[in-house]
Amino acid sequence: MIIRFFHRLASPKHFYRIAGRWIPWLGSACALFMAVGLYWGLVVAPTDYQQGDSYRIIFIHVPAAWMSLFIYVVMASASAIGLIWRIKLAEVIAIASAPIGASFTFLALVTGSLWGKPMWGTWWVWDARLTSELLLLFLYLGVIALYNAVDDKRTAARAAGMLALVGVVNIPIIHYSVEWWNTLHQGPTVTKLDAPSIALSMLIPLLLMAVAFKLYYAVLVLLRARCEVLERERNSKWVEELVESP
Amino acid sequence: MNLTEFLHMGGYAFYVWTSYGIAAVILVANLVAPMRQRKRLLGEVARRARRARRKA
Repeated sequence: MIIRFFHRLASPKHFYRIAGRWIPWLGSACALFMAVGLYWGLVVAPTDYQQGDSYRIIFIHVPAAWMSLFIYVVMASASAIGLIWRIKLAEVIAIASAPIGASFTFLALVTGSLWGKPMWGTWWVWDARLTSELLLLFLYLGVIALYNAVDDKRTAARAAGMLALVGVVNIPIIHYSVEWWNTLHQGPTVTKLDAPSIALSMLIPLLLMAVAFKLYYAVLVLLRARCEVLERERNSKWVEELVESP
Repeated sequence: MNLTEFLHMGGYAFYVWTSYGIAAVILVANLVAPMRQRKRLLGEVARRARRARRKA
């Protein structure tokens, strides 16, 4: 039953249909989490005793940074599946993830800069965390550029997938950079093993926003993957039928 | 808390609201782009189908 479900899902035609049905639900859930998260983060959560209200950037910055890593892992895993089993849908998910991941990485960098200026007194430092995150942005852009540089979509997906896999080495470097090197960037506050060193009234909106961003990614990747499927299959019968009887 | 105080963000208004503004722009742009692309792709297929029918 489950195997049959995945088998059908992997066919472009069914994926297109099923994704279309999921998008409104995921989108509604995302809007709900984001509305509560934003209200809680901007209005309910108390002012930080050290950083004042500037810390409220955390509710964008940290979820965006988490997404930049999460999406890269999804992209690399999908690339691996595409390279090993030649599953078209995996290639599509991988390539659909790249521009979304690049967006979240850019957002993490910009909001970090806007937070760094009032707190550290500088927009940018060439420390390990910031530099490795910048490298992540270039990896995303490299994957996108490589995919677009090759005309045949399947060859392009293989080449871009290889680059995505090589770039995985950067992920643990980003994650542990604040522990391995002394830096201006603060250490981990949420994912510490014992207890998170953040007040519950700030942690809850942070987690709500993190869930909202994950759902947002789910919506975006399905939207983009649908486009990619349409473009690849535009000469097939089911796409023509789709246009004739919407 | 009143609205002016809220918008002032304890003196960090520029940094906080620029962050949230850029986030909104990036998120909305990412949503609109694939929606428009889908419309364009479906339009292309429909045009081609019409042309093929006229020929036949």
